[in-house]
Amino acid sequence: MSKNHHEKVEKSVGLLGIFTIVAISFGTLVQITPLMFLDETTQPVDGLKPYTALQMEGRDIFIREGCTNCHSQMIRPFRAEVERYGHYSVAGESVWEHPFLWGSKRTGPDLARVGGRYSDDWHHAHLMDPRSVVPQSNMPAYPWLDRNILDGKYTARKLEIFRGFGVPYTDEDIAGAADAVKGKTEMEALIAYLQSLGTALK
Amino acid sequence: MSSFWNLWIWVLTIPVLVLCVVLLVWNLKNYVGVPEDETTDHEVDGLKELNNPLPKWWTYMFFATLIWSVFYLAAYPGLGNYKGFLNWTSSNQGIKSLEESRQAVELARAEGRHVQLDVENARADEVFGPVFQAFAKRDVLDLAYDTEALKIGQRLFLQNCALCHGSDARGQRGYPNLTDNDWLYGGTPEKIKETLLYGRKAAMPGWEAALGDQGIREMTAYVLQLSGRAVNEKDAEAGKAKFGMCAACHGVDGRGSVAHNLPFGAPNLTNNIWLYGGSAKDIEETLRHGRFGVMPAFKETLGEDKVHILTAYVYRLANPEDLR
Repeated sequence: MSKNHHEKVEKSVGLLGIFTIVAISFGTLVQITPLMFLDETTQPVDGLKPYTALQMEGRDIFIREGCTNCHSQMIRPFRAEVERYGHYSVAGESVWEHPFLWGSKRTGPDLARVGGRYSDDWHHAHLMDPRSVVPQSNMPAYPWLDRNILDGKYTARKLEIFRGFGVPYTDEDIAGAADAVKGKTEMEALIAYLQSLGTALK
Repeated sequence: MSSFWNLWIWVLTIPVLVLCVVLLVWNLKNYVGVPEDETTDHEVDGLKELNNPLPKWWTYMFFATLIWSVFYLAAYPGLGNYKGFLNWTSSNQGIKSLEESRQAVELARAEGRHVQLDVENARADEVFGPVFQAFAKRDVLDLAYDTEALKIGQRLFLQNCALCHGSDARGQRGYPNLTDNDWLYGGTPEKIKETLLYGRKAAMPGWEAALGDQGIREMTAYVLQLSGRAVNEKDAEAGKAKFGMCAACHGVDGRGSVAHNLPFGAPNLTNNIWLYGGSAKDIEETLRHGRFGVMPAFKETLGEDKVHILTAYVYRLANPEDLR
């Protein structure tokens, strides 16, 4: 009986917990920690620009409306995806994303490079009534975006928080943020955001 | 990856694998002092605890995964900077621009490394490249009446164009009908190809400030009259007097940019074909606030060879008869 050291772990929840944490932390330490320090994952691609105030508001609307539930923003390096959506996504495009919106569900198409793919008018028509431009679409309509006006109350704060994450916003960007979005509709903000997606890699 | 992180990964990964083996072997022995499959004398509510060994299938599978991990880490990139003996990667990560991406493809090929996506692309180019190139060498007018080329063209159209122009290519409000041979930027193969490759940006300014309510009403009347509709003659007359500002793009006679060989994409106003609706209300809205239609560029998305075939397909839509 005395050689049965395993019994100690079996009979002590605390000890079991500690060993469990130690065991699973190896995976984290090996797979995640180095990523926080590698050039590949911390250096932006050459063309990356911080979101403008309007795009930032659009991004938050994208999150609020649950767009990520149906649209991924991650083109995987497979030929079928690259042919359809464009160059595969690279880490350098996401270094200023907090949190990133890669998603994992594709009821609708991937949006990682939707920027510039359609006109602003098309996006407007599509968001007001997706069936008006794509008859077989099952995407919901978002007509309220065209009625809701942004007040810009938190826009500057949002940019400040992102600056805290290391996104290079200038003082002027932050000072002018509220005015840049004031009076714009949520629709305009969302379209501005969509038109920016994937355009940094050029 | 710096040598520190390289070492970090090695030092954490290898000992963990060894530890797994040790742990497994250690737990295969019976330390309890009770023969296997017999009761340990623990009993709760009639449930007895037996001293069961680790299931055999589970144990063998654990060993199998450990052996697999050794092969895997030797063959594929997993241990820091070690590339694996297969020299395999899924894609060229770490590129910072499309130019670097192209260079990375070249470099991998020169060094004989296996980049999965590049290999897939190269294989596809080998199979499909000659097909597209053969079509790209032929004249658009020739392809427009070639069944094979049209089949490819239709698929490209449905995938890339139908979202705006419709699967029947007859367009919708704001997106031109491609089957009616009425063109904003010209319907020659050269012009169609230019439109597809580089896109178009229309800019019809809003005239609300310049014309005022009265002026907008008059101009609306004149524009309606141009396409042969019955309107208030007096309003139309007054609108005509101000049409000079429109003539710069639409031409003095209102027959549009194409008729006058201008590059602006201003529609013909005399043929009763309307991109944004031909009712008095629609025309008034256009005059007041302007219109800014955008056709995206497809040079990067599709490449020139595919655009060439697509040009033929679009040309054919408007020219169903082979008149050569």
